[in-house]
Amino acid sequence: MTEPAAVRCAGVSHSFGTTRAVDGVDLEIHPGEVFGLLGPNGAGKTTTLRMITTLLPTAPEEITVFGVDVARRRMAVRRLIGYVPQQLSADAALTGRENVALFARLFDVPRRERAGQVRLALELVGLAGDAGRTAKTYSGGMIRRLELAQALVSSPRLLVLDEPTVGLDPVARSSVWSRIGSIREATGMTVLVTTHYMDEAEQYCDRVALMHAGRIRALGTPAELEAALGPESTLDDVFRAVTGDRLGNEGGIRGVRATRRTARRLG
Amino acid sequence: MSVPLAVPPAASAEEGPLRRLRVLGARVGAMCLVELQKLRRDQTELLTRAIQPALWLLIFGETFTRLRAIPTGSTPYLDFLAPGILAQSALFIAIFYGIQIIWERDAGVLAKLLVTPTPRAALVAGKAFAAGVRALVQALMVLILAAVLGVGLTANPLKLLAMAVVLVLGSAFFCCLSIVIAGIVLSRERLMGIGQAITMPLFFGSNALYPVDLMPSWLQVIGHVNPLSYQVDALRGLLIGTPAHLGLDFAVLAAATAVAVSVASALLGRLAR
Repeated sequence: MTEPAAVRCAGVSHSFGTTRAVDGVDLEIHPGEVFGLLGPNGAGKTTTLRMITTLLPTAPEEITVFGVDVARRRMAVRRLIGYVPQQLSADAALTGRENVALFARLFDVPRRERAGQVRLALELVGLAGDAGRTAKTYSGGMIRRLELAQALVSSPRLLVLDEPTVGLDPVARSSVWSRIGSIREATGMTVLVTTHYMDEAEQYCDRVALMHAGRIRALGTPAELEAALGPESTLDDVFRAVTGDRLGNEGGIRGVRATRRTARRLG
Repeated sequence: MSVPLAVPPAASAEEGPLRRLRVLGARVGAMCLVELQKLRRDQTELLTRAIQPALWLLIFGETFTRLRAIPTGSTPYLDFLAPGILAQSALFIAIFYGIQIIWERDAGVLAKLLVTPTPRAALVAGKAFAAGVRALVQALMVLILAAVLGVGLTANPLKLLAMAVVLVLGSAFFCCLSIVIAGIVLSRERLMGIGQAITMPLFFGSNALYPVDLMPSWLQVIGHVNPLSYQVDALRGLLIGTPAHLGLDFAVLAAATAVAVSVASALLGRLAR
C-alpha cells in the first residue's frame, strides 16, 4: 500500500472578510521531504499553514495530513503535527526541561516514557546540558532550538515551522537548519517550513512552492525553478519574477508587529 | 529518535466521555503544574499582591470593627470581613488572566497550545484552574494574616479543603470571565480598562464588606446575581461558621464556572485568528 501524502491540499481557499487570503491552493507534500512555502508578506503562507495545523476552519476533504482529514479529525491531525510559530513562544519563566515536559504532557506522552522523551528531544537540539536553566537565560538561537524540542517531544510525523530563523544571526540560522536537517535524517520526519530567506530555501529545501496573492505561482525543486527561468538564475530571481512589483505592498500589521517583536526579543 | 513517529489514532479512540474527561483532567493538571513551577521561581508577585488584602484587613477591618458601623450580629466585623477579603484577593488575581491570554496570542503561545490535541474547553479549564491554584497560594498569606489579627478561623481540615474548592471555583469563574472579555475586545489595553471598571462594582456589589440585607433594593438584586456573593457566603460559612447556604453556593459557583468555560472556549477561536 502506498503511503498517503504528508499533506494534500485540494482547492484550499480562505477569506478574512472580503480579503481572499488563500485562493484555490492545490499542493501535495511528500513524506520525508523538507518543503518550503515561500512568498512575500500577505502571500497567504501563514494562512495556509494555519489551516493545515487546524488553527483555521477548513472544508471536509480540503486538506489531509497523512491521509487524515483536517476538517473531520482535528485531534488526530494534531497528534501528527509538531508546530513552531514565528514568534518566540517558549516560556521564559520555565526551564528548558519544564518547557519541553509541558508539551510532553499536552501530547499525552505516557508518564513512564515522558522523562526519556524530554531528554531525547533536548539532546536532538543540543540543549541537554542547558535543560535546567530558565529559558530567559537562553540566546535567541537556543530558544529556537528549545521550541524545536517542544515540537519534537511527541515524535510528530510532520514538523511545521513558521519562519524559524527570522531575526537570528547567520551562525544561529545555520545551527537551527543543521538541527532540522539532522532531525529529518534521524527520524524521516516531513518538514514544512515558511521562510523569507531564499538562500535558506535553496540550500535546505527539497522542494519549494512560491505563493503570491493567495495562489501558488511556482512549484518544484529549487534547481527546477531556477532552470525554468533561465541560466544563471537564482531562487531570488524566481521570487522576483513571481511576485513582480506588488512585493511589499501587502501583509497585515499584526504580522509585521510579530516579526519585529521576535527580532527585538532576539536582540 | 529511538521511538517510532506518531501514527494517527483510530477514530474510535477519540470518542467517548471517559476519554474526554481524562484529557480534561490531564490538561488541567499540566496547566496547574506550570503555574506552580512559575510561582516557585518568582515569589515577588505573591508578596506584592498580598499588600492590598493586608491593607483592607489592617486598616478597613480594624477601623470598622471599632466603629461598629456595620451590624454583623454576634460576629466581630474583622471575622466577617476576612472571608470577603480572601474572595477579593482571588478575584483581583483571576480577573486579569485575560491579559495573559492576549499576551500568549501575541507571542504565538496560544497557537502552539491550540495545535496540541487539547480541546478548547480543556485549554480554558486548564487556564482557569491554574488561576485557582495561584489564588489558593495567595489565600494562604491572607489566612495567615487573618489568624495573626485574631480572626477565629476554623481548623477543621474538611472545611479548609471545601474552602480551597470554593476559592478555586470562584477564581476559575472570574478567570473565564476575563477570557470572555479578552475574546470580545481582543486588546490588552481595553481589557485592562474593563477589568479595572468591573472589579470594584463586583466587589462592592457583593456581600464581601457588608450583609446584602443592608444594601438598597436595586443593589440587592446585583448582590444576588453576583457569583462573588455566593463565594463569600460559602467561605464565611466554612471559615468562621456563620449560617451559609453551602449547597446553593457550590451549585451556583459550579454552574457559573461551567457556563463561563463554555463561553470562553467558544471565543478562543476569535483570539487565535
